[in-house]
Amino acid sequence: MNKEELTALVAEILGQMQPQVKASDYRATQPEPQKQSPALHDGDFVPDITALDLRKLYLTDHPADKERFARMKARTPARLGSGKAGPRYKTLTMLRFRADHAAAQDAVFSEVDTEFAKKNGLLPTKTCCNSKDEYLTRPDLGRKFDQHNAKAIKGVIDTPPTVQIVIGDGLSSAAIEANAMDCYHALADGLKTRNISTGQPIFVKYCRVGAGDAVGDITGCELVAVLVGERPGLVTDKSMSIYITYRPRTGVLESSRTVISNIHAQGTPAVEAGAYAAELIEKILRKKVSGVGLHLEEAQ
Amino acid sequence: MAERLLSVGLDVGTTSTQLIVSELTVENSASAFSVPQMQISQRKIRYRSPVHFTPLLRHDLVDGAALREIVSAEYEKAGIRREDVDTGAVIITGETSRKENAAAVLENLSDLAGDFVVATAGPDLESVLAAKGAGATDHSEQTGKTVLHMDIGGGTSNLALVSDGKITATGCMNVGGRLVKLDANGVITYISPVLTGLFDGAVGQPARISQLEALADTLVSALEMAAGLHQPTGLLDRLWTREAGVAWTPPAGAVTLSFSGGVADCIETDHPDLAFGDIGPFLGRAIRRSRLCAGEYRLGTETIRATVIGAGSHATQLSGSTVFYQSIRFPMKNLPVVTDMGQLARLDGPGVLALPAPNELCYGKITTLADEIAAQWPAQPVLICLEADMAKALGHALALRFGPEKPILCIDRVQLGENSYLDVGSPIDHAIPVVVKTLILHA
Repeated sequence: MNKEELTALVAEILGQMQPQVKASDYRATQPEPQKQSPALHDGDFVPDITALDLRKLYLTDHPADKERFARMKARTPARLGSGKAGPRYKTLTMLRFRADHAAAQDAVFSEVDTEFAKKNGLLPTKTCCNSKDEYLTRPDLGRKFDQHNAKAIKGVIDTPPTVQIVIGDGLSSAAIEANAMDCYHALADGLKTRNISTGQPIFVKYCRVGAGDAVGDITGCELVAVLVGERPGLVTDKSMSIYITYRPRTGVLESSRTVISNIHAQGTPAVEAGAYAAELIEKILRKKVSGVGLHLEEAQ
Repeated sequence: MAERLLSVGLDVGTTSTQLIVSELTVENSASAFSVPQMQISQRKIRYRSPVHFTPLLRHDLVDGAALREIVSAEYEKAGIRREDVDTGAVIITGETSRKENAAAVLENLSDLAGDFVVATAGPDLESVLAAKGAGATDHSEQTGKTVLHMDIGGGTSNLALVSDGKITATGCMNVGGRLVKLDANGVITYISPVLTGLFDGAVGQPARISQLEALADTLVSALEMAAGLHQPTGLLDRLWTREAGVAWTPPAGAVTLSFSGGVADCIETDHPDLAFGDIGPFLGRAIRRSRLCAGEYRLGTETIRATVIGAGSHATQLSGSTVFYQSIRFPMKNLPVVTDMGQLARLDGPGVLALPAPNELCYGKITTLADEIAAQWPAQPVLICLEADMAKALGHALALRFGPEKPILCIDRVQLGENSYLDVGSPIDHAIPVVVKTLILHA
């Protein structure tokens, strides 16, 4: 095979692999007609995209079986079936993502209403943190009280209660405002039916879970239940947890805590979580152990 | 930590009596950091009895004593004792349930079959159990298709329409393999009264094949009408049983047909005309050549045993896993369901109040509800069944108002309709096993 033949062969093979494209073949694609959105002016209300139920929002164009996909989608908060615009998100998906992200950040950085403690009959206290920034950067300070706050706690809880309930903002103020009091009342009534005594409930600003240990040091309670806002995610910014620690004292191991998490409207309802916590607390008091120790005890 | 429940299913049908023993595994599916969520994670069939002919003294009289013997013997073969049985259902089905002594037989068997095996009957429940037992609900859930399940037995056909795994309608028709019985020579020995005017044969006369084929085609055309594959005529109305009560709307769109019951075994397999001494083989062939099999169809994962497996494995469900009870003696049987507290006073004994989910779940709503209940509940055990997940919180609130001695049961995540009855078993871990019945026969 000489050189010309080889060149011709290669050209032929290449020609088969790639369709020959000529400039004259190019045609601009027809742009899709713009959907007319109503003209908005300053001061107008715009539709609230965070009000859309993500489990029902299905944006894929030309779906093969929309109904079946919708049924599956109804079971998960994941952002499925969001369609695409070229290789990217659709505008609505993008805006909603950013809105949820903003809500998560707001939940961390905003503060629980100053009237919250007073309105709900809680003793207002604060850890050693003086700002949200300090709270986020100095976890150690979020577990301690200064003398003034310690004295205030001691002032209302002079005899050691069996159970001390602490409500703390944690990483989501929104979670506390949405769930804490419903949960607290269910928990308190549940403990009352079981004849378990509780001290005056405390509200702690800039609260880490470990602040409950400090409350244990101050009050001498047998058990502390800390209702605290969870780090928000994109599914919800209102998720709360209850951390239950038997014999809470500064320095206890994290493994000695029993936790009920995911308390929010789409998870465990606050009232039922509180009622369940009452039962769990009774068991912990009976077994005199919480956390991993409780699981080991039960496994035996 | 899984717990196991031993469950017995017993189906006394027009033709056959069967028993199965199954093992239900109950497990907590939630993570260690959440509230528990108990679920029936597995249903394993441990024993299937052979298919017995239902002992009859006459055409319309079930032989209670012989039935008792069958059940005792099957327990022995299965290697279980009465005390081992945790739950299950005894169901008298088809034409047998209409017979005069069905209720008494039912009560006798219920006593023999264990503490929490429930006496139950009724075409609606039968349709539900057959559809579940034949895997029609699973098929619909897995494929997303709408399934019309037909359990074609000896005396009746039980229909269930399943959409997205949920049963949306049930019905019952007088179409079955043993509406006409024949002896070994093809002489007619029995014609069901429901066939009056539809069949020109006579007892004592030899049947002609063309005559039986014509009858089978007539009966199958009624099934086609129920499936929406044939313009409905007066025939559908005639063969529809009155007990079901609810109007049946034939499905409008395309559905997957699903078959169980003894006749289902004759659809794809050809049996000799007189193999069973009835018109089952004729019905099977008529179904195969009808519009029912022209589209998509399936035979149940179980055919003749679908109902008994439904009774043994699917009758029991679990409540939510955060419930409340105090001073209650389990089990409780045949509790009538009411939807209004005012109706409680009119009952002879205790009843269950079924409450829908409130639009908002806050503690204030719960205390208001607890106050109302405390003020109005008659001098009876307080039994409440909620749709929303709030039973434990409400239970606590009620206990504070009624005191620790008052019997209180508060369960959730169970849907109860009016005119239904509830059986409540002993708690398993965090949840309570219940059986919802649509109809009971009183002894």
